[in-house]
Amino acid sequence: MLGRWIDNQVWLGAAQAGMTMIAALLVVWLTGRLKLGLIKDILIALGRGVAQIVLVGFLLTVIFSANLWIAIPVIAIMIVTASVMTIKRIKNIPNALKISLLGITAGSGLVIAVMTFLGVIEQDLTSIIPIGSMMVYGAMNTNALMMERFRSEVGSHVGQIEAGLALGASPEHVIQPYARRAVASAMTPNINGLRSLGIVWIPGAMAGMVLAGENPAYAGFYQFVVSGSIFVTAGITVIISIALLRKQVFSKAEQLLLRTEAEN
Amino acid sequence: MKRSIHHPFLSIEALSYEIDGQPILSDITFEVETGERVAVLGPSGSGKSTLIRMINRLDEPTSGQVKIEGEDYAAIPPGLLRRRLGMVMQQPFLFPGTVAHNLCFGPQSHGEQLSKDEIQEILAGVDLSGFENRDISKLSGGEAQRVNLARTLANKPEALLLDEPTSALDEAARAEVEATILSVITNHKVTCILVTHDPAQARRLADRVLLLEGGRLVADGPVSEVLNAG
Repeated sequence: MLGRWIDNQVWLGAAQAGMTMIAALLVVWLTGRLKLGLIKDILIALGRGVAQIVLVGFLLTVIFSANLWIAIPVIAIMIVTASVMTIKRIKNIPNALKISLLGITAGSGLVIAVMTFLGVIEQDLTSIIPIGSMMVYGAMNTNALMMERFRSEVGSHVGQIEAGLALGASPEHVIQPYARRAVASAMTPNINGLRSLGIVWIPGAMAGMVLAGENPAYAGFYQFVVSGSIFVTAGITVIISIALLRKQVFSKAEQLLLRTEAEN
Repeated sequence: MKRSIHHPFLSIEALSYEIDGQPILSDITFEVETGERVAVLGPSGSGKSTLIRMINRLDEPTSGQVKIEGEDYAAIPPGLLRRRLGMVMQQPFLFPGTVAHNLCFGPQSHGEQLSKDEIQEILAGVDLSGFENRDISKLSGGEAQRVNLARTLANKPEALLLDEPTSALDEAARAEVEATILSVITNHKVTCILVTHDPAQARRLADRVLLLEGGRLVADGPVSEVLNAG
């Protein structure tokens, strides 16, 4: 209906966003009536959400008109931001920022570069940047989940870890079961996402392509490219991160460094 | 003419440990000869568990030196040092699986395999004959602590560091584990450092007492002398 009244695409988008905002404010009003104490948080989230995504939209119109190589600094900024956001969730892990940066760069950087080189991701800023952002986002979430789980596994098994060390075992040996659990637990949402692909939900890339009038069968294949690449990115990221992380929790004299923090 | 220099088994010199500037142990100096049975006695918070952890190098001293038979322990690879000084913690912290799996853990971690006969022999030494295939979830508190002791003995340590080995047990299990410890240290003639807050236990298991108070060594001598002086 809105499309009949508004010709300009940007104004049409603004009107559609406005209608969505009205619906969201209705929910704000309802939560107010139910005294959930969420009004402030929801209003801030809505304000930030609309401002950030619209700003990115305008920014992308500028970026898309630039040279293909601009993808490198744009993806690099995303990776640094993702690493900083990861460590905001992680406390008491030495060198967490360095580990996240290396893990996410190796995971997403490698997959984006190889996929783009092979032409799986089109060598076009309109493909590289949005798909790259999904991979960086996926890597960030998986990495944060893995680090959180690892810290909690170590914290709740201090006794077993030190018992293993006291028996003369190497730090690599005693930490192995907890590192494995952390990686498996962080990868589970990715595995479930692949499993439920298309049955429970039609993810963003495919939905966008279908909305834009692409052949749904091609959109389906392409969605797998995106979801599969996110899975590969997440996998490489956590494998590199855990390899670096397991070295951080022990001193050179093979003493558990996270012990005090874990007990507090 | 060459003169052989005698080195005590364990020599601790001016050992101190601080956490965030707070002294936990201050200027601890003592020696332990091979085959000695020493009890480290003191009230809760006196630093006795920290001391035994430091001897096992699970924590790093802020200053001071620890020597094993005259050699600075920092020069010994930590894994080897910890196998030589077998530590038994207050809580067993057994690994999931069977009793045999727990016994094999230490030797396996440096590439050795325990034979069935060796497993049976170690278990017999802690009065747990026939327990090799028992899952650790089926053990009582006293049995679990004896498996903990057996697991340490599987490494054939030169000394045993016992950190309040019976304090988490009820009275019956305590007597049972203490009897096992006594029989092990008597039969193996192993050097033993026992951390305890119980003077009666120190009398039963040790020949010599180190008394710690507020992180300082306030007395060191034969059990009867130190305990009767109080």
